[in-house]
Amino acid sequence: MNRSKFKVDIRCNPIHVAEVQVTHRMSPRFYFIPQTRAIITSLLLLILALPCFSQQDWIRTGTGLGVEKIRLAVPDFKPSNQDPKNPELLKAFNDTLWNDLDNAGIFDLVSKSFNPLEVPGQPTEVKFEVWSAPPPNASMLAFGNLGVSGNTVMVQGWLYDVKNVTSPQVLGKQYTDVATTDAARLIAHKFADEIIFRLGGGVQGIAESSIYFVSDRTGHKEIWAMDYDGSNQRAITHLGSISLSPRISPDGSRLAFSSLTKTSWEIMMYSLELGRAVAFPRFGGTNLSPAWAPDGTRLTFSSSRTGTSEIYMVDASGGSLKRLTNAKGPDVSPTWNRKTGAQLAFVSGRSGLPQIYTMEADGTNVQRMTDQGYAVSPSWAPNGQFLTFSWMRKYGPGAPGSNDIYLMDIASKQWVQLTHDGGRNDFPSWSPDGRHIVFQSSRSGSEQIWTMLADGTKVQQLTFTGHNTQPNWSWK
Amino acid sequence: MKLQKIKWITLMFALGAVLMLGACKKKVAPPPPPAPPPPPAPTASLSASPNSVPKGQPTTLSWQTTNATDVSIDGIGAVQPNGSQQVTPADSTTYHLTAKGAGGTQEATARVTVAAPPPQAAVPSATEEELFSQSVKDIYFDYDKADIRPDQRAALQGDAQFLGQHPNIPFKVEGHCDERGSTEYNLALGTSRADAVKSALTQAGLPANRVNTISLGKEQPFCNEHTEECWQQNRRAHFVYQK
Repeated sequence: MNRSKFKVDIRCNPIHVAEVQVTHRMSPRFYFIPQTRAIITSLLLLILALPCFSQQDWIRTGTGLGVEKIRLAVPDFKPSNQDPKNPELLKAFNDTLWNDLDNAGIFDLVSKSFNPLEVPGQPTEVKFEVWSAPPPNASMLAFGNLGVSGNTVMVQGWLYDVKNVTSPQVLGKQYTDVATTDAARLIAHKFADEIIFRLGGGVQGIAESSIYFVSDRTGHKEIWAMDYDGSNQRAITHLGSISLSPRISPDGSRLAFSSLTKTSWEIMMYSLELGRAVAFPRFGGTNLSPAWAPDGTRLTFSSSRTGTSEIYMVDASGGSLKRLTNAKGPDVSPTWNRKTGAQLAFVSGRSGLPQIYTMEADGTNVQRMTDQGYAVSPSWAPNGQFLTFSWMRKYGPGAPGSNDIYLMDIASKQWVQLTHDGGRNDFPSWSPDGRHIVFQSSRSGSEQIWTMLADGTKVQQLTFTGHNTQPNWSWK
Repeated sequence: MKLQKIKWITLMFALGAVLMLGACKKKVAPPPPPAPPPPPAPTASLSASPNSVPKGQPTTLSWQTTNATDVSIDGIGAVQPNGSQQVTPADSTTYHLTAKGAGGTQEATARVTVAAPPPQAAVPSATEEELFSQSVKDIYFDYDKADIRPDQRAALQGDAQFLGQHPNIPFKVEGHCDERGSTEYNLALGTSRADAVKSALTQAGLPANRVNTISLGKEQPFCNEHTEECWQQNRRAHFVYQK
């Protein structure tokens, strides 16, 4: 009848930015290594005597449980003039701003139906007492105006602390861009990121980040890109072959992926600045799953050039080939410790079914992380503390196997299951702020791309056309 | 002494008798050289063109006979002494022609091979390719495994033998996996499967540089059901004739 409260601090640099609290019943699913208990600093285990609901074997979790989220009111921005293009751009702007702030997972947004009839477009129009009192009961208010004149759009936005009447302004911004809905969306992303940066503990927002993925909607598997919220989906490659495993470089300038040629699978390099493929050596055999070191100077990937698939490292131009692993089973899907750049996690079939392993970037100190089942597709959290991966824990005849996304604390090997909603869930990839995870799931009937908060809540579908797989979130 | 003499005489007599008998037999059955003119023996030939067809396609049987009065083909019946006929056999069939004449009976056969379900866009003239697809068997694997199963060794041996006998046939080995598990791990697994077949072929004497391999992971499945039966179909090393 005990339920444990499993608290995970997601830390970035020294600043404490967010808390993801995970409640979980003590059960065999809860994996714990006693020896390392003492050194766990990031995980706090509080045993609470709570009634147990016998039917459910997992507990839905939430961000900042027990911590009050900032209550933020975001009334629609108002037109600042009478231009006929205003309504279209305003709609794109308001929808994007709302979604960005909602997706951030750190705000309690005031439902728009609670807003007073008259919303402000200028600082002079703000009536503090209307916003700070119920029903809005807001602590913060984001408001502003948008106006098109000729070919340009101008947006003014403010963030007010409505409980601090004497000096309310937290933020005041003005943006100018070409008068298109794409530009309006971009401005909304930028403004949202400013708000998240100010109120979210100093972590850069992700509203301007991108997700790269594989889509077959043209009939061939090509590499595609989209904004983090699923808008602006566009094809990057047009190779007409099979292209897989896109990995964006840390500076966002180059995209490494794997593509089927006539005789082999090769690592390809695409320059997003030049808009074309750039030279990269071909190694022969099956070359897969490239992964960028966080400083962008090195890549690891899996190659079968000498037989079994092993992990190799090259510099950013493909030179100085160096082999890191040497095992009987296949080694694939390396991912770098994004914080230190000194360790790698990867998948190996050396002991049978594939499991997650870690090692130093020179190939030493190989450690097995998962203890059973079928574990693949690791992604290392930006804070360096967590791995997320796809796991079919109980694999075998008669086992109700489902692939789910799991989060593991690397130091303690404690894990928690993030997805529970059926389908095959694979290829998790962390958002730059470490608060979100993008992944592929078949829960809707076909393979599509979804995002969620790093505690498994706020699940959203981003793609709907064709089959979309292997998402990779940009580094910033 | 006397006894021995008698024995000798008996032996000689017996030998003489044997010789006499042999001579007599020769005399009894002499070839009848001036006998009445023998009826000429019939001749017959039967051919099918093409002799290998995809299922459902017709082929033409042609036959010639001489000195035959009664010509029949099994399964078709009595036919003209010379002629041709289109047939569409359901399975590979050996047609058997019997030509009877006063001079005896002559037989001829022609084999028509029917290839299993027609591969789309089969090139009709590529008989080498058809031979390849008939003779070379794909190799199947267990889940998450890349070693050759005991029950697949015979098939692999047959493949090695055929490919060894046809050193000019260009081919490649594709490694395939079932739909379960990750895209990336399955591509590595498919590589191991194709490589396992390659190493068996080279051990059987094929030059390594003749065996090209490629992994297709779970990218191009043969079967799309979510059943073990279908997964087994997809866990294979597939031999592909390369034009």
